[in-house]
Amino acid sequence: MTQADGGRVRALLRSGDKVLRRWVEAAEEPLRGRLTTGELGRTCSDLLSVLVEATDGGLDVRTDAYAGARGFLTELSRDWARRGFSPTETASAVFALKDALFAAADEDGDGDLATVLEASRWVDALGLVTFESFARAREQVISEQAEQLLELTTPVVKLWEGVVAVPLIGTLDSARTQIVMEKLLQTLVDTGSEHAIIDITGVPAVDTEVAQHLLKTVVAARLMGAECTISGIRPQIAQTIVTLGIEFGDITTKSTLADALLHAMRGTGVEVVRRAGSR
Amino acid sequence: MTTSTGVEELPIRTGDDVVRVRQLVRARAQEVRLSLVDQTKLVTAASELARNTLVHGGSGTATVETLSRDGRSGIRAVFADEGPGIPDVDQALTPGWTSGSGLGLGLSGARKLVDEFAIDTAVGRGTTVTVVKWTR
Repeated sequence: MTQADGGRVRALLRSGDKVLRRWVEAAEEPLRGRLTTGELGRTCSDLLSVLVEATDGGLDVRTDAYAGARGFLTELSRDWARRGFSPTETASAVFALKDALFAAADEDGDGDLATVLEASRWVDALGLVTFESFARAREQVISEQAEQLLELTTPVVKLWEGVVAVPLIGTLDSARTQIVMEKLLQTLVDTGSEHAIIDITGVPAVDTEVAQHLLKTVVAARLMGAECTISGIRPQIAQTIVTLGIEFGDITTKSTLADALLHAMRGTGVEVVRRAGSR
Repeated sequence: MTTSTGVEELPIRTGDDVVRVRQLVRARAQEVRLSLVDQTKLVTAASELARNTLVHGGSGTATVETLSRDGRSGIRAVFADEGPGIPDVDQALTPGWTSGSGLGLGLSGARKLVDEFAIDTAVGRGTTVTVVKWTR
């Protein structure tokens, strides 16, 4: 097969209003009347003129000639998605252009296999642009949410005068550690606290990387003159840390947040006593 | 005789993949009812090895399968990369020795956390680490 320069497809696209009319007819069906014929007609007409212009640059939709067409399709995909159309419905509307092109090729007596294939591939590529932009929009939402989650899951809370705590939940990677460390150090300054508790009850596994991140955070807090305690070390985590050979050195560790709070309060000179007569 | 079921392979290309491997290993370990301590040990070992695959091997795969032998169940995890390989395995397995900026306890620690440990490596050919943890 010869390399397509799009000549015949271009000719078919320009073969008059019939292509547009057939396209609108074919596109209308899967949309089941959720878009008025007038609106669909305007959209198809606009898209068709953009495409006619783009085909001057050949049939490769990845080239610069198609920048406008790709932008139009991306906008269309986003707009229709917002109005509740599924990506399949949006792509189907674009794929409907095939019906119009095949019919036109048939009428011209130019309906040889090569032309049909060429037109088919070209329309497929256009339809995929709408799919891709849909997926991209979704991915953007997901990555935004992941970022929000990163922020959400690392609050620094004040437990007592001079005692702040970070309850860590989930995976502790470099990005999370960085945020935790920054927030913790800033909170130490803002509240004038001298005790920081890092609670790892919600961390499912402590491997060497997590341990290293914890150690760094503790050292940084110490450099600022705060005493740092790690709490929430569950039995299975303790055994794993020992087997791994990680040493926490002289860092104070406690099994529960309550123990760590008590330790910190004692450190600030507060003694918790039970009132006589009460239980 | 050892039989194996439910082979699952995951790619390791990003830090998120390491988390996915960890979650898969944890799910499998729970399935065969490894004790909580053994689950945590295996998951931690998998985490270390998956990160080694990513950091030292560039990228690779993790294959997880459920084993069964003489009424005991186990989980086998294989971490394979086609990276530079390890020139001196004995040195790499020495606790505290690190080629990067880590604690140097990952590989040696992983070996201690599991029941069976095998490492197959050659410079320029890549590294494959196989670990197995059996139920008690």
